[in-house]
Amino acid sequence: MTQAATSQKSMTFGEAGSALAFAALALLCIIIAAKAHTPEYAFHAYLFAAASGWAAFKIVDRYYDRPALLPPLTINGKPNYNMGPVKFATIAGVFWGVAGFVIGLLIASQLAFPALNFDTAWLSFGRMRPLHTSAVIFAFGGNVLIATSLYVVQRTSRARLVGDIAPWFVVLGYNFFIVIAGTGYLLGITQGKEYAEPEWYADLWLTVVWVAYLLVFLGTVMRRKEPHIYVANWFYLAFILTIAVLHLGNNATIPVSIFSPKSYIVWAGVQDAMVQWWYGHNAVGFFLTAGFLAIMYYFIPKRAERPVYSYRLSIIHFWALIFLYIWAGPHHLHYTALPDWAQTLGMTFSIMLWMPSWGGMINGLMTLSGAWDKLRTDPVLRMMVVSVAFYGMATFEGPLMSVKAVNSLSHYTDWTIGHVHSGALGWVAYVSFGAIYCLVPWLWNKERLYSMKAVNWHFWISTLGIVLYISSMWVAGILQGLMWRAYTSLGFLEYSFIETVEAMHPFYVIRALGGALFVGGSLIMAWNVWKTITAAQDVAVEVTPALAAAE
Amino acid sequence: MAHDTHEQVDAVTGVTTTGHSWDGISELNNPLPRWWLWSFYLTIIWSIGYWIVYPAWPLAASYTRGFFNWQSREAIVEDLDALKAQRAGMTAKLAQTSLEDVTKNPELFAFARAQGKAAFGDNCAPCHGAGGGGAKGYPNLNDDDWLWGGTLAQIEHTIRYGARSTNDKGHQGSMPAFGRDGMLKRPEISNVADYVRSLSGLPVEKGADLTAGAKVFADNCAACHGPKGQGNQELGAPNLTDKIWLFGADKAAIMEGLTNGRGGVMPTWHERLDDTTIKALTLYVHSLGGAR
Repeated sequence: MTQAATSQKSMTFGEAGSALAFAALALLCIIIAAKAHTPEYAFHAYLFAAASGWAAFKIVDRYYDRPALLPPLTINGKPNYNMGPVKFATIAGVFWGVAGFVIGLLIASQLAFPALNFDTAWLSFGRMRPLHTSAVIFAFGGNVLIATSLYVVQRTSRARLVGDIAPWFVVLGYNFFIVIAGTGYLLGITQGKEYAEPEWYADLWLTVVWVAYLLVFLGTVMRRKEPHIYVANWFYLAFILTIAVLHLGNNATIPVSIFSPKSYIVWAGVQDAMVQWWYGHNAVGFFLTAGFLAIMYYFIPKRAERPVYSYRLSIIHFWALIFLYIWAGPHHLHYTALPDWAQTLGMTFSIMLWMPSWGGMINGLMTLSGAWDKLRTDPVLRMMVVSVAFYGMATFEGPLMSVKAVNSLSHYTDWTIGHVHSGALGWVAYVSFGAIYCLVPWLWNKERLYSMKAVNWHFWISTLGIVLYISSMWVAGILQGLMWRAYTSLGFLEYSFIETVEAMHPFYVIRALGGALFVGGSLIMAWNVWKTITAAQDVAVEVTPALAAAE
Repeated sequence: MAHDTHEQVDAVTGVTTTGHSWDGISELNNPLPRWWLWSFYLTIIWSIGYWIVYPAWPLAASYTRGFFNWQSREAIVEDLDALKAQRAGMTAKLAQTSLEDVTKNPELFAFARAQGKAAFGDNCAPCHGAGGGGAKGYPNLNDDDWLWGGTLAQIEHTIRYGARSTNDKGHQGSMPAFGRDGMLKRPEISNVADYVRSLSGLPVEKGADLTAGAKVFADNCAACHGPKGQGNQELGAPNLTDKIWLFGADKAAIMEGLTNGRGGVMPTWHERLDDTTIKALTLYVHSLGGAR
């Protein structure tokens, strides 16, 4: 494809086709904007039109700037990695992370001090809460997953990413989805499904982007120069594939009109609830667990410079995790209209999920055997190891809370919020921070991070924040659950709901304090990343010999 | 798989690798930890046992019902029935006893207040506060200042039918919008506001014309609030001499009431709560502190 090509320059099929497709989409969006039922929807249509127009222009512009030949797959026998999209997603991950944590701090403060809703719909808890969850899960987590997956699949396959425009389409298209989703929440556009709030047109766009992501990832795996597929790539592939299926199932909606943002879901009643939590739980299972286990499987052995503890464990726990997780959703609907048999299955499959989840923890922690001393000197590795410990804790707590007797106390209380955040802050965010701290010097050809001291500060400040957060929510949740079920000796409820809300106040303040510390830590990280990228010293490091040839 | 390439021995642990390496990462050939495997088996065995005991697997038109044919819907009915049975004796007694007689029977009175407290928390606390302390526009039920009367019968009537509610038997009468409807000019409103503050001994603005205020009061307000501003419970007109203010004591709040009127709504409850619960609520509110 490269060496044999003629020197005559011509547009590739991909360039011409995607430029035309974007131009057509821009035109369609302008028509939709003109006839839109609501101004908010017209605004989104114009955003789509502007983005598509820019993409069409950029593709043509790039064609005129580029040499006749596309970048070669290898240079002097070494793979010519494509790290541009990885860099973009890494920076986007840091940016959205800080933004999402700040909004989290805002809503935590609103719960403690309702005056902070400022009596405006735009800043009300109802709109800020999905903004927070989507920003941290999909914007922060999603960009970190895309960045690391596109990095890891190239390095462990010794192959350049498949596609010329496609990797950029994945990264930019995904972030455009984030912008549409986020501005939609602010404007009050939502389909009211937890963790799947964006309306039909945003879902449709994400579907296209996600299929492109799957093809780029899968194509690169198939192009690999290694005889076997590395374990991290199994987990990435399971994440990408399952999220596609979940997204389609849970967003099976029929729009009112192409000119309206509103749509109706095809499922009804308890079946809708079941589909919603089949989706919701597996967003946890395949987005926040499988995807981040993939990060762990590459970055921990790499950073510790130790082999993975057990190949056999990795293969057994991978398949067990995948098979069992998909059944566990009904435990979100204990003691509801969901039939008893479905609740039983949700609960028992959650219990059986315990050990498969811990397989990842064992492989992560035991990989450090022979390298434990590095925890003293390397705060990045410490962060990732602590993340695995939090992962183990959260994946024990999850099955425990799925037991109906426990759930009757914990359900609808802040214990659930504490559980989620021990996983989200302790596991997902920490393993992401670790990966970002590893990636940034590698990607930008720096010898090391700008400041290891700052990483240390980030680690301790945010660890204190997590401890404050989850311990206050444990106490709050259990107190809440006990107050709700307390009866007097005469047979009347001892506390009204309002009294239980009042009792939460001190814990909400402590939680907000923990959140503030976590935000503080993330700001230190953003500063450190910025200083590392802009640092003068540019070192040709032998760890990443092929990077110099990129682009 | 471990046999198709060159296995190596990890120097630190002495364990062989699978012989593969990706970007410098290799994998050890360690077996599955025994405790891990057995714990996994145990959770599976436990789950199978649970499936046998409880409803578990869907069939073509039904599902496996388990050993005891347990159902969560029946379980909740049993729980609620047990609770009703526990309260049944006292509830029946309360239903048959008049309000006055309940207060003379300590055991029944305690039961009624317990029921009233629970009902108050669910129905009244959102406006009147968890302890009945009230808020701006929502009367404090702990003090001895009653808009519509503080006897047992009066409290029961207010709970049952509300004030300015959808029920014809509810209390009517509200504060007119003297300013908005053009009955009083702004200087007059200012003067009468100062006069009203003076009724309870609050300081008035410098240069306030209390004589003019008193005249406005006598002409417009005394009909409902009484010549001395002592209020009238028939009309729900508040006592203006007691330093207890529903909407605030500052002059701006009083002028706002004079300009736009006031008329908070208390819903009618007798369609939503049964007679015994209303009785219990009446006794609970009556026992809060300032009742007559």
